[in-house]
Amino acid sequence: MSDHAPVTDWVHDFDHTDPRWTENPYPIWDELRAASPVVHTERFLGCYMPTTFEAVKQVAYDTEHFSSRRVVVRDVRPETVPAPPITSDPPEHKPAKQLLLPPFTPDAMKKLEPRVRAICNELIDQFIEDEGCDAAAHYSRHIPVRAIAHMLGIPETDGDLFIRWIHEILELGIKDQAVLAQAVQEMGGYFVAQIERRKQHPTDDLISTLMNARDKNGQPLSDAHVLGSLRLLLIAGIDTTWSAIGASLWHLAKTPADRERLVAEPDLMPSAIEEFLRAYSPVTMAREVMKETQIGGCPIKPGNMLLLSFPTANRDPTVFPDADKVVIDRKQNPHAAFGLGIHRCVGSNLARMEMTVAIEEWLKRIPDFRLDPAGKVTWSEGTVRGPRQLPVLFGKAR
Amino acid sequence: MSGKLRVHVDQDKCQGHARCKSLAPELFDLDEFGNSHEIGDGVVPKGLEDKAWLAQANCPEIAIEVTEE
Repeated sequence: MSDHAPVTDWVHDFDHTDPRWTENPYPIWDELRAASPVVHTERFLGCYMPTTFEAVKQVAYDTEHFSSRRVVVRDVRPETVPAPPITSDPPEHKPAKQLLLPPFTPDAMKKLEPRVRAICNELIDQFIEDEGCDAAAHYSRHIPVRAIAHMLGIPETDGDLFIRWIHEILELGIKDQAVLAQAVQEMGGYFVAQIERRKQHPTDDLISTLMNARDKNGQPLSDAHVLGSLRLLLIAGIDTTWSAIGASLWHLAKTPADRERLVAEPDLMPSAIEEFLRAYSPVTMAREVMKETQIGGCPIKPGNMLLLSFPTANRDPTVFPDADKVVIDRKQNPHAAFGLGIHRCVGSNLARMEMTVAIEEWLKRIPDFRLDPAGKVTWSEGTVRGPRQLPVLFGKAR
Repeated sequence: MSGKLRVHVDQDKCQGHARCKSLAPELFDLDEFGNSHEIGDGVVPKGLEDKAWLAQANCPEIAIEVTEE
C-alpha cells in the first residue's frame, strides 16, 4: 500500500485522495477552475482533470478520444475488469445498456418504493428511542444496499458483505492492487453461485432478467456479461446513493432553515433533492485517453487517465449562479450528477426515489436534528464522496 | 407575442434523465427505456407554458426545443 506525498501545488500536482480534498474539495476545485479548464498531475501514472462544466461535458460526449474501459483513477493500471455498460464504448455500449434500462424506469421504481419506505422505517425503529444516531452508519448506508439486493433477488442480510467489497474496490483498491483483486474475485464467486442456482431454479428477479435477456441475434448473454453487469449494479448502486442520502442529511442537520422549510412545504422535495444532487454530487468517473486531442486549447495525450468530476462541473458558477450556495428551490438546475451523454447513470431513477423516500421518512419521524458537537463527520475518499460517519442528535438544541 | 408554444425532444440528444417528465408530466412521456418524447404533437396547452420552459431549462443534455408559433 503506497501513501501519497501531501500536495503542495494543486494546479500541477493534484491528488483526489489527499486528505484535504476528502475533507473539503470545493475551494480546491475553485482554485483549479480559476487556473485552467483542464489540469494535469503526474500522479496515478499521469492524469488530467477538466475543471469546468463545459470541459467535463466535452469529454463525456467524446467517446472517440476517451474510453470508458477504465472508470476509476488508480495508482496502477491493472487489467481491465469489464462491467458493461459502464465500461463499454460504442458500438458495444448501446445494446448492453438497453438491457438494463427497462427495469430502472421511473414507473418500475414506483413498484419498489413501498419496500424502500419499509426499509427506512425498519432502520429508524432501531434508533428512534435514542438521543441520536450515526445517520451514515445506521441509516443511509443500509438503504441502497437493501433495495438493490431486493431487486436482484439476493438476501438483504448479505448487505454488510457487499459494503465491504465496495469499500475495498472503490477506496482501498485505489492504492492497493491485492485488496482490489481479492474483492473482485470474492464478488465474482458470489454472483457465479447465484447464477448457477437460477439455472436450476429460475426466479423473477433482476439476475434472472439478465440471464434470460437475448442480444439482437437472439443469443443469450455470456455468463461473463451477466456477471459484469451484476458487478456494476452492486458497485454503482450502493455507496453512491448512500453518499447522496448522507450528504443531504448532513446539510439538513446543519441548516435548520432548510429543514423547517422542507417539513412545512413538502412540495419542495423534488427541487431540494435535485439541489442536493447538484451541490453534493457523490460520483466522480474516469476515462482513459486513447487519442491525442485538446481541451480548451490544452493538449491531451494518450496514455493518461482523466478524472471526470461531475461534482466539480456542478459547482461551476458560470452555469449555476451562487454555485456554492444550496438553494432548495433552485428553478434552473440542469446538473450533471448522473453524468452526461451516453453513460447517463442507469440507476438515476432508483437513486432519486431512494433519496426522496429516505429524506421524507426521516423528516416525518425526526423533523428536528443537529450535528453532534462531540462527534466527528468523516468523508469517503476518492471516487465517491459522502459522509461515512455522521453523528447527529435528535430534537432542537437546548 | 403570445403565440402558442410547441415542445420537441431531440431523440439523438435525450439520454433519459427524465427531468422533463418529472417537471411537466402533462407535456412529456417516457418510452420503455426511460427516454423522453413530447406527448402528441407537442403543442403546449394554455396555462402550461411555464412548465415547458422549466423542462427545457432543466434538461442536462439540452435536448428540448421550445418553439413559439
